[in-house]
Amino acid sequence: MNNGKPLLSVRGLTTEFTTPEGKIARALEDVSFDVMPGQTIGLVGESGSGKTTTLMSLMRLLPAGGRITAGKVMFNDTNLLALSEREMRDYRWKSMAIVFQGAMNALNPVMKVGDQIHEAIMLHNLMDEDAAEKRVKDLLEMVGIARTRRDQYPHQYSGGMRQRAMIAMALACAPDLLFADEPTTALDVMIQAQVLQLLREIQKSLGLAIVLVTHDLGVVAEVCDSVVVMYGGKVAEYGTADHIYNEAQHPYTQKLLEAFPDVSKPGDTLASIPGTPPRLTNLPPGCRFEPRCHLKIEKCSQVNPPLLEVSPKHYVSCILREGAEADL
Amino acid sequence: MSENGNLFLRNLAGFWKTFRQNKLGLAGGFLVLVAVLVAVFAPALTDYDPSDIIRDANNRALTFAPPEVHGILGTDDAGHDVWSQLVFGSRISLVVGFMAGFIAMFVGSALGIAAGYFGGAIDSLIMRITDVLLVIPDLPLMLVLVATIRQMELKISPLAVLIVVIGLLYWTSTARLIRSQTLTIKERQFVARARAIGAGHWHIIRKHILPQLMPLIVANTVLILSTAILIESGLAFLGLGDPTKPSWGTMLNFAFDRSAISNGAWWFYLPPGIAILWVSLGCILLGNVLEEMLNPRLAAHHLEGEAGMIAIADVESKG
Repeated sequence: MNNGKPLLSVRGLTTEFTTPEGKIARALEDVSFDVMPGQTIGLVGESGSGKTTTLMSLMRLLPAGGRITAGKVMFNDTNLLALSEREMRDYRWKSMAIVFQGAMNALNPVMKVGDQIHEAIMLHNLMDEDAAEKRVKDLLEMVGIARTRRDQYPHQYSGGMRQRAMIAMALACAPDLLFADEPTTALDVMIQAQVLQLLREIQKSLGLAIVLVTHDLGVVAEVCDSVVVMYGGKVAEYGTADHIYNEAQHPYTQKLLEAFPDVSKPGDTLASIPGTPPRLTNLPPGCRFEPRCHLKIEKCSQVNPPLLEVSPKHYVSCILREGAEADL
Repeated sequence: MSENGNLFLRNLAGFWKTFRQNKLGLAGGFLVLVAVLVAVFAPALTDYDPSDIIRDANNRALTFAPPEVHGILGTDDAGHDVWSQLVFGSRISLVVGFMAGFIAMFVGSALGIAAGYFGGAIDSLIMRITDVLLVIPDLPLMLVLVATIRQMELKISPLAVLIVVIGLLYWTSTARLIRSQTLTIKERQFVARARAIGAGHWHIIRKHILPQLMPLIVANTVLILSTAILIESGLAFLGLGDPTKPSWGTMLNFAFDRSAISNGAWWFYLPPGIAILWVSLGCILLGNVLEEMLNPRLAAHHLEGEAGMIAIADVESKG
């Protein structure tokens, strides 16, 4: 699956925000990963580690005060960061769509759900009115919403239905790449399972690539082919799901996996990582994870380790990675 | 399309059902409606033209005749019929007030949306202009402007000057209100979604920002109308009306100038005052109630309605 050309290739993506006090917060630094066609890649990490900022940077939808200062985002053969805003608009939704975090709020409350899906199709002039109308109802049916509910408003939908409607909307222009930003947050466990099942079915039938942002490692293990572990705006470790779950090399990844409850050992105390993530306006000079790391050596507070390949398709940014003895 | 039309009618019917239960709103609507009807059917409500001079048996002008002697509201100092002046004056007052109000609402909404949506330099520029206009006392500024424009002897009717000056100076509160509302709407996630689906600024403003602002704009317009009518009356009272087309304010001006008060001719100065009060009170009541009602989030819950919860059942049967 991993041979061939990546659909989306992110290299050295760096995003900064100017805070209202005028400070610079480096929200992303040197983020790199590839998304293969038809693959699911998981972005995991604590709150504030830059998962959502990564998605927003990729779609160039950063809120006011944010800007991308370095890097390259290749979608097929186009560098998205070099496009004008007008050209970028064509890529949004037609090539890459997003299911927002807490998607239930992403629907306009005074517009019928069907109209909002219709809007997405018509903005890109993909088909005529009647065909678009039929597509709206087909899409709703595909995500398990009765065609008759096309003319209802979002407040007449339940939370799970709104989430599914958002997924239907994301599929409206048949994108190659779907960003799902914590698509199951704020939903109960039953609906979470439904939504994940739905995403998996859609991926299988439409063959699209999905970038799934989550902090649920169980979900990642279930659906992702490869995983990007983020910490403090940097990629800590990036590899196939197998690498991350069985051969994790970054101390943060190891700790994160330990912190995940194990159903086979009931009664165990949950492990946690002491300390808090770094402040983005005041980053440590060395490794971002150094202050909390249980394996740190003196050099960790001086060197900001780059993301390096330790084995094929497995990247780690830690000076204690395998085969790094020569550097020390 | 007809489906949409039906929905609109249904919404309208639903709106009326709620509105009917609000006594203050009904009272306001009644006051405004009566004033509008009087203006529309003015010629049918009086036998006299406002410029007719009423004469007694000796062919002398009947001045300051009380209602017992002549007509419904007696005559003024020159023998004009006060009732017909009042009835025809409603046309001038309402037309000037409404048109100025609409201009103010339009300018204020457009500038408020632009400032709130685009932010940055555009926002600063518009808000500084607003601040300047807010700091300058309106009435003296309008007096000076109206008088100056009149002096220039342009071929514009004096009423049009009044309309434009009121309209172009009275948008500041609307602009600030709309701007602050736009700022909060802009941050809502469905606007981010609209950008994500590839929508441009114009599309987002038209389809996502404006509909959210509409209730506020409608209610604010009705409130602005009352202010515009009051301002028009004020300016006319100070002598800036069109003497050939007397509005209620002009009537008060005449009454004051021509010692109606010292003559005890209450039928000359009370009716226009009450008429102004009538309309502005009506607009304020109506505006406040509309503001309360036109909130889109006070509609039905997702468990109501014909379709019910069938969607979940659909998923399961497919499973």
